[in-house]
Amino acid sequence: MLETKTDPMVVSMGPHHPSMHGVLRLIVTLDGENVIDCEPVLGYLHRGMEKIAENRSVVQYLPYVTRWDYLATMFTEAITVNAPEKLANIEVPKRASYIRMVMLELSRIASHLLWLGPFMADIGAQTPFFYIFREREMVYDLFESATGMRMMHNYFRVGGVATDLPYGWVEKALQFCDYFETKVDEYEQLITRNPIFLKRVKGIGTISRSEAISWGLSGPMLRGSSIAWDLRKLDQYESYGDLDWSIAYESSGDCLARYLVRITEMRESTKIIRQALQMIPGGPYENLEARRLYYGKTSSWNDFDYQYIGKKPSPTLKIPNNEHYVRVEAPKGELGVYLLGNDNLFPWRFKIRAPGFINLQILPYLVQGMKLADIMTILGSVDLIMGECDR
Amino acid sequence: MLQVLDLRQSFLTIIETLGLPSSTGILLWAVFPILAFVISAFLGVLVVVWLERKISAGVQQRIGPEYAGPLGFLQPVADGVKLLVKEDIIPAKSDSILFTLGPAIVVIPVFLAYTIVPFGEHLIVANLQIGIFFWIAISSVAPIGLFMAGYGSNNKYSFLGGLRAVAQSISYELPLALCVLAICLLSDDLSTISIVEKQNTFGLLSWNFWKQPVGFLAFLISALAECERLPFDLPEAEEELVAGYQTEYTGMKFALFYVGSYVNLILSSLFVTILYLGGWGLPIPIEVIFSTLNIPANLPQIQLLAAFIGILVTLFKTFLLVFLAILTRWTLPRVRIDQLLDLGWKFLLPISLGNLLLTSSLKLLFS
Repeated sequence: MLETKTDPMVVSMGPHHPSMHGVLRLIVTLDGENVIDCEPVLGYLHRGMEKIAENRSVVQYLPYVTRWDYLATMFTEAITVNAPEKLANIEVPKRASYIRMVMLELSRIASHLLWLGPFMADIGAQTPFFYIFREREMVYDLFESATGMRMMHNYFRVGGVATDLPYGWVEKALQFCDYFETKVDEYEQLITRNPIFLKRVKGIGTISRSEAISWGLSGPMLRGSSIAWDLRKLDQYESYGDLDWSIAYESSGDCLARYLVRITEMRESTKIIRQALQMIPGGPYENLEARRLYYGKTSSWNDFDYQYIGKKPSPTLKIPNNEHYVRVEAPKGELGVYLLGNDNLFPWRFKIRAPGFINLQILPYLVQGMKLADIMTILGSVDLIMGECDR
Repeated sequence: MLQVLDLRQSFLTIIETLGLPSSTGILLWAVFPILAFVISAFLGVLVVVWLERKISAGVQQRIGPEYAGPLGFLQPVADGVKLLVKEDIIPAKSDSILFTLGPAIVVIPVFLAYTIVPFGEHLIVANLQIGIFFWIAISSVAPIGLFMAGYGSNNKYSFLGGLRAVAQSISYELPLALCVLAICLLSDDLSTISIVEKQNTFGLLSWNFWKQPVGFLAFLISALAECERLPFDLPEAEEELVAGYQTEYTGMKFALFYVGSYVNLILSSLFVTILYLGGWGLPIPIEVIFSTLNIPANLPQIQLLAAFIGILVTLFKTFLLVFLAILTRWTLPRVRIDQLLDLGWKFLLPISLGNLLLTSSLKLLFS
């Protein structure tokens, strides 16, 4: 009898491998093309973000946070600002809240776009990468004109945002919404019904409903497994409750479901942006700061609801002697901060719950028994940013 | 039937008028066509690399190479020069003999197969008796080179890439050979010349494409897989195996793989043209055009023109197929290894076998 069974081959994929999304390392045990085991090794991008937070005030720390998840930068700023806001019970003016929502949803679109491109590249289609960059550039142009920076904007402040929207921005953003919706259709025409694509993603990396819950998944990973769990609806933070939109979810739990969830979320985000821009208080086209200066001290634009200029809360805001957990629905999932203050300028502890880190846990379980090429598909569908996993 | 100029005789007379003995002329003639084909193949590679870059740029809404020469046409040359002057690295723990031999074994058969490609009735380097099967036979050598390269590199990605290359070529060579067999049955001959001539009796209507639609599709898919181009580029799948068997290669050895794959692409397109699209034949036979225009077909100038048109037509059809292959590469995602093998063994092999069965039984029935 001829012995055909060979020893399994151990391949160390990463930290420099074309599809490891930065510096993830997977120690993969292969039997030919079949994956026996896979062990993720993290920490190559660890910069001690949580420790850095412990001797920075909120304003000092804000420039760091965009380096966690550098593709959904607005969300990291939002959570860093929300945590002390909620702890110190600081109210946010309505207009600032609307500006925040618009920025967050634009950021969600940018993040999902830069998920779509690499995900398709992981499957082998290079072209969508260039298409998504076309639209992402526009989102970043909008960011640049409102915040001065394309990626590391440092825009959110405790109690509001750093500056008001510039004149004409609202109109440009609405134009982007019109343009972007047709482009999502274009992606769907190119990708969704492609037979090779369907063969690569259908039934790959299936997560059942109960598994998704017990692995602690969140975001599109959870919503792909037929759980309509979206913190924007559940917590109703900012002003999401005012708007009409729905949670995107799919029931099959495989990579295709997660793809569809993200595509639908891009559409829903466009919907949210459009509504928020139309409903934005203080008038959509005005630069209120100019008006406030014009009317002087007695101006009604000095009322609370228009005090969105974030420099007003003291930069030496003391974080109260309390602790709590704050979360937002980031594109990758539930982004949370567990904040412990002790009546000091600096937080005593600033624990970050990164969605990518939690979602990555399920990877070894999903790839066992699959083919080598499926590792990339599944890893792509997790939507992983190592900056956020390693922090 | 057209008589094309006897190139060999005129070459020999030129040599003799130069005052050299005719034996030198014969010796030179032996080298000349081979040299011409190697040079034209290399030029073809440059053109296809440029096309690939420009077409992919068009698909992806980029500009593509622009500064090296007009429209960036010299970019492939620049690439080639860069690879030529790069340091040649042989990894310390590799098997240096296999590592060096690998690229050569991949490239040589591809160039050899060029000898049986006809561009006109007499424009062929070697009109072999086994004809088309020379290509089938010799192209099976290339995977051995790929495997040598993959195994000799002493790299796990290279090794997996080499294994994939072998598995892929074995499973796609069979449908390829079966499709060719059906064509040979139709034309009662293995020679590439007579395969094309059989197709040129009624112009467009007599092209094998109509008689063998299933075979055409199966051949196209298998040829694409043999070239290891994108829906089937698993041996060098970047996202999975970094660069497959090419991972450890630099400089000229890497360039050999590169040239080999592009020459192979042109070659496969040429064979699709020859086997299914009537080779050098125009949609309306050139004899018909000449007789309706009252042009005497036996004038030397006219024959030269006809030969020239033949080459142009062959190249046009070939580059149409190359364009299709490039467009496919930049449009489709990659299949998985098991899906690739399934497609080869469970789909292409049965339908090409069925195609052969149908062709042979119809042949028996009507002849």
